[in-house]
Amino acid sequence: MWQFFHKLGSPKWFFGISARFMPWLLAGGVLLLMAGVVWGLAFAPKDYLQGNSYRIIFIHVPTAFMAQSIYIMMASAAVVTLVWRMKLADVFVKAVAPVGLVLTFLALFTGAVWGKPTWGTWWIWDARLTSMLILLFLYGGVIALDRAINDEKSAARAVAVLVLVGVVNIPIIKYSVEWWNTLHQPASFKLTEKPTMPPEMWVPLLLSVLGLYLIFGWLACIRMQTEILSREQRTRWVKEFVMRGRS
Amino acid sequence: MNAEARPEVRLASSSVGALAAMKGVFARDMKVAFRQRQDLLNPLLFFIMVVTLFPLGVSPEVSFLREAGAGILWVAALLSVLLSLDHLFRHDFDDGTLEQLVLQPQPLFLLILAKTIAHWMLTGLPLVVLTPVLGVMVHLDGNSIAVLCLTLLIGTPVLSLIGAIGAALTLGLRSAGVLLSLLIIPLYIPVLIFGTGTVAAAAEGAAVGAYLALLGAFLMLALTLAPFAAAAALKISLSNG
Repeated sequence: MWQFFHKLGSPKWFFGISARFMPWLLAGGVLLLMAGVVWGLAFAPKDYLQGNSYRIIFIHVPTAFMAQSIYIMMASAAVVTLVWRMKLADVFVKAVAPVGLVLTFLALFTGAVWGKPTWGTWWIWDARLTSMLILLFLYGGVIALDRAINDEKSAARAVAVLVLVGVVNIPIIKYSVEWWNTLHQPASFKLTEKPTMPPEMWVPLLLSVLGLYLIFGWLACIRMQTEILSREQRTRWVKEFVMRGRS
Repeated sequence: MNAEARPEVRLASSSVGALAAMKGVFARDMKVAFRQRQDLLNPLLFFIMVVTLFPLGVSPEVSFLREAGAGILWVAALLSVLLSLDHLFRHDFDDGTLEQLVLQPQPLFLLILAKTIAHWMLTGLPLVVLTPVLGVMVHLDGNSIAVLCLTLLIGTPVLSLIGAIGAALTLGLRSAGVLLSLLIIPLYIPVLIFGTGTVAAAAEGAAVGAYLALLGAFLMLALTLAPFAAAAALKISLSNG
């Protein structure tokens, strides 16, 4: 157990092992996502109320789901960074923060596109929309802080503190925003609750969520590899790796 | 800044209890602040000016101001606290006092708590005192002003405490001011929502006890957790330089 734990901290070991399962992540992810999206867009039944416009759900929900779950993963990695000072954990946080930012933006964007035909407006100050917007700000803050600190080690630890403060705040923000919203207008956003959907709709949705998860895994690996190479550029194994690639 | 204007931290031995050390830090911060009186005045002037912008920029109508007044005052107070946060650690960082503070045998989070309380007494509390005057200027009624003052009284310490984390994280960085705002504003949103929500409820004649209790819960949470996070962030920032 502990040997595995120590190995996990070694960038070199991760570099080797991740290269082995990355193709599988990518292949599985593309396959599932394609299956989910094609099934959802072309074959799933129409919504009785919204017609075809609801189909953006097959892109909207996976991105929104990932946007939140990436932040939780980052928070777990932040704990590891602060407690065990594991190099890989902060490589992970640094590598996936921009991915989280982009996915949050996509979730908001697809939500706006969906909102226009359904609610008649691009944006309302609904609880969910607002808390996703704040999540976007939090990602932006994490990236900005990371870029602002030159020293790698202190950047990693400062970012870890910020991510943890953010994760304490996320439930508070979520509930405060929900409370604030319900004062003005009742939630009209029950559509995404799974039990209300027939299986022909939620199975492709589940497939595309899983597919995006795998693709995120691949993206995280390749971004972490890039980060590891740039951090460890002075070590022998990186030099050997680069030379091998050239010959 | 001459050395005479900045008293040293005099609590160098472990025989000093944690509470006495907190008192010492608090007293010193107050003393330093009152030797730089203009710095105390600036956030207040800023507060008044931001509030002035809204009637001029949006609408001087009584109906609008009565509706939006509490929100305007809250946002202005929030920005004012945000602006003053840079002072919390900056000067002590520049002249090395902060390193002495970190080296004290007493727990750092307690000393930071003392500094934050001093910061609130110097920025948050004057804002609360000033609020009734500005409340009258934006046509809030007496009851709303009283509730607004109460929410600011509970809310501004939360702003100072959360802000201390941000100030500690951005210490010694280029463009720390803008970065600080980017990091901290998302975390301020719940306080703002509940602060203005309380006044809105009071204006509708609803009971405000539950809202105030929630704000109080924020204060307790920030009081117990924020100093630890700020202490951790401060140590990271100091090891950076």
